[in-house]
Amino acid sequence: MRKLDLSVHVAGIPLRNPVMTASGTFGYGEEFAAYVDLEKIGAIVTKGLSLKAKAGNPMPRIVETPGGMLNAIGLQNVGIETFIREKVPFLRKIATPVIVNFFGNTVEEYAALAERLDAIPEVAGIEVNISCPNVKHGGIVFGTDPKSAYSVVKAVRETTIKPLIVKLSPNVTDIVEMACACAEADADALSLINTITGMAIDLKTRRPALANVTGGLSGPAIKPVALRMVWQVSRAVKLPIIGIGGITTATDVLEFLLAGATAVQVGTANFMSPAASQQIVEDLEKYLRDNGIKDVKELIGALRV
Amino acid sequence: MQFKSMVVSNQEVSPGYYRIRLTAPRAILEAKPGQFAMVRVRDGVDPLLRRPFGIFDVGSFTPEYPDAPRQYYFDILYKVVGKGTSILSALHFKDYVDVLGPLGTGFTPGGTGEENILVGGGFGLAPLYFLAKELVKTTPLKVFIGGRRKEDVLCVTEFEQLGIDTYVATDDGTLGSRGLVTEVLEQHLCREGGKRVVLACGPEPMLKAVARLCENYGIRCQVSLEAAMACGVGACLGCVTKGHGHSENTPSYRCVCKEGPVFDSTELLWEEL
Repeated sequence: MRKLDLSVHVAGIPLRNPVMTASGTFGYGEEFAAYVDLEKIGAIVTKGLSLKAKAGNPMPRIVETPGGMLNAIGLQNVGIETFIREKVPFLRKIATPVIVNFFGNTVEEYAALAERLDAIPEVAGIEVNISCPNVKHGGIVFGTDPKSAYSVVKAVRETTIKPLIVKLSPNVTDIVEMACACAEADADALSLINTITGMAIDLKTRRPALANVTGGLSGPAIKPVALRMVWQVSRAVKLPIIGIGGITTATDVLEFLLAGATAVQVGTANFMSPAASQQIVEDLEKYLRDNGIKDVKELIGALRV
Repeated sequence: MQFKSMVVSNQEVSPGYYRIRLTAPRAILEAKPGQFAMVRVRDGVDPLLRRPFGIFDVGSFTPEYPDAPRQYYFDILYKVVGKGTSILSALHFKDYVDVLGPLGTGFTPGGTGEENILVGGGFGLAPLYFLAKELVKTTPLKVFIGGRRKEDVLCVTEFEQLGIDTYVATDDGTLGSRGLVTEVLEQHLCREGGKRVVLACGPEPMLKAVARLCENYGIRCQVSLEAAMACGVGACLGCVTKGHGHSENTPSYRCVCKEGPVFDSTELLWEEL
């Protein structure tokens, strides 16, 4: 009997299975090492990095909402040099691809980060978070303007040969337009969706629940939106898609694959259970076995419409 | 560690406050006072996140059936404040929850010859009782308990059963002296000298006042903070607090879940808490 094949390729990165962990929900990997076998998951996507360490937003930063949570962490991170010095040595020991997420406030910052990461052999791929304001151009968010998205992805592309994934924001009128701009700028893959902007109010205090007033909604509540966007983008562009948004079970993974995703990222579910990603891989394998599916790739884009 | 845990008992100990006993692997006996557990009160996505609770006690018993193996457990003392704790309060014997823990740092009490002064309010008494149980065998100990009303003053009997001097203050005077626990604490601090350490857990305004008092008296003080958390393992950065010397250019955040919940009071930027 042929062995069950869970492997996929995304942007040229071979993954043992399609289940990755989403940036910002899995730290730098080591935080979860006591609870998850890191070598059972497809890839680790690390917490978003900037050139310099970033303080992030005031507290409170998180609040639970029905079926989800809002966060306004404010991209707090240790900065790229500390990451390379203190976090990479741990990741080097793990036989799982590491994809590094990063963001900047100008095109030049994005390019500088990509150039720095290009020199790090432990980095299997990079994921560009374009949901940040361009401070040189009136603060317009890169990921909500196709021209800005194109220019930032192009600049990153020119500095690195590493597999380049662009993480798309759902806070746009037409996500297909954004996806096309990134494809044109030679991205290797697209990951979607980032969190959906939302807010929560505490009636007792008449204050916003988050100090930042608004935050990003994640968790099962956003899954239908994410599925719809993955479906739309997969029909419009040729690039492989990494589906993200409220994935908590193997069933969710299978739905994203049917909608056209080649791989997925598990995010908020890591907070519900630190072993979630590994559990999902095991359940996915069981589903394939139980349903006589030899190769997980058979399911990619296999939605019957 | 992460484990499935069975409810052994779940009782209301004071109006709105419950004590739940949950089974655990033997390793729970290694939990340090001040550490906490993240509890998933039921399967599914509502509530979505775990809830953090300070460990109140650990122990073991032998169930009453033939050849029963020794069963280990830990206790949580909690107040019903929202959906998660409300669901928890409705659980019965043989219901199951999912537990992550013990997590975080524990208290570092005083050494030989030092008096340990415990100060707490509300369910903040949970880790202090766990601490007192360990300390009472070896070191001199006092406990100061504050609350709004009599109903908010927990564990007095437990502490007295350990033979510990217990001082109580309530805002409305329905139990102990009328006023703030820090007032009673200050009377004690200025009356008696000697080497001592203050270990506190409770509402933030109380901790702030305790920290200030200890600074004035030059006493080492540790506080256990409470915060909303998502992951509990230092990854989401949702529960941070500002450390001493924090500024926008030199961020100095501490994760309450991982670097805490117990901190030396001088480590924190109290003005901005």
